[in-house]
Amino acid sequence: MAYGILTEIFFYLFIILIVFGALVAVSSQILMKAVMGLAMAMFGTAGLYLYLNSPFLALMQILIYVGAVCIMIVFGIMVGYTPKQLAAYAIGPKNTILALVTSLLTLGVLQLGLSRTQWVQAQGAGGGDYSLAALGEVLMTRYGLAFELISVVLMIAMIGAVAITWNGKRRGLK
Amino acid sequence: MISCNLNTYLIIAVFMLCLGLYGMMQHRSMIGMLISIELILNGAGLNFMAFNRFLAPDPVIGQIFTLFIMGLAAAEAAIAVSLIFAVYRKYQTSDPEQISDLRG
Repeated sequence: MAYGILTEIFFYLFIILIVFGALVAVSSQILMKAVMGLAMAMFGTAGLYLYLNSPFLALMQILIYVGAVCIMIVFGIMVGYTPKQLAAYAIGPKNTILALVTSLLTLGVLQLGLSRTQWVQAQGAGGGDYSLAALGEVLMTRYGLAFELISVVLMIAMIGAVAITWNGKRRGLK
Repeated sequence: MISCNLNTYLIIAVFMLCLGLYGMMQHRSMIGMLISIELILNGAGLNFMAFNRFLAPDPVIGQIFTLFIMGLAAAEAAIAVSLIFAVYRKYQTSDPEQISDLRG
């Protein structure tokens, strides 16, 4: 019983982490703080993946999102911006009313849909094999092509990223 | 038990999507918009995982889909950061509203 209460408390902690992190990521005018908020939200999502029976996905979330994407964005901030420009961004957000209306409208419509929908479970839902062995086996057999394709996409993205930045330098674009 | 309810996860995912939309519009810099995009993708991944856990018969498929979303998000972030570099080098600014001319 105490174990159940403890897991619930941690669940609420993860939700708070997500909400607070996302709010910081969106509303902060200092980009470094925004990235830290993003990393916080990613950590919270990794915690929720634990509750969804998938510790592997939780670790991948931390590894890829927090470890790779956030660090890359941090590099982007540190290399690309001068302090003067960072100060210029601190003037304030733009389009706040438009953004508020759009996001609240989306929130309202989706919540309406959520509250009116009765989800029906597929046959045999809730069970199944969550182990890493099953995941790896399917990834190598049934979804082998997709797995290879996403590797190719990643490789092309890396080559393209290098090519874009390098070309700009060679042609002396300013 | 709130952690055993599908709607909890869906509401969190919707929340992340809407905050991402909000951030996309109100950030003054392209890196801020990129951060918001990551938030939206994260919400999509959480959605897939929630449906996978509660409704789907085979728990592997949703996990694979979420893994692919993560991979695509990493690729997208790499491309976006390099594009922001290129644009920044050309225009010396990262405000999306000042980048308004095309060269054909």
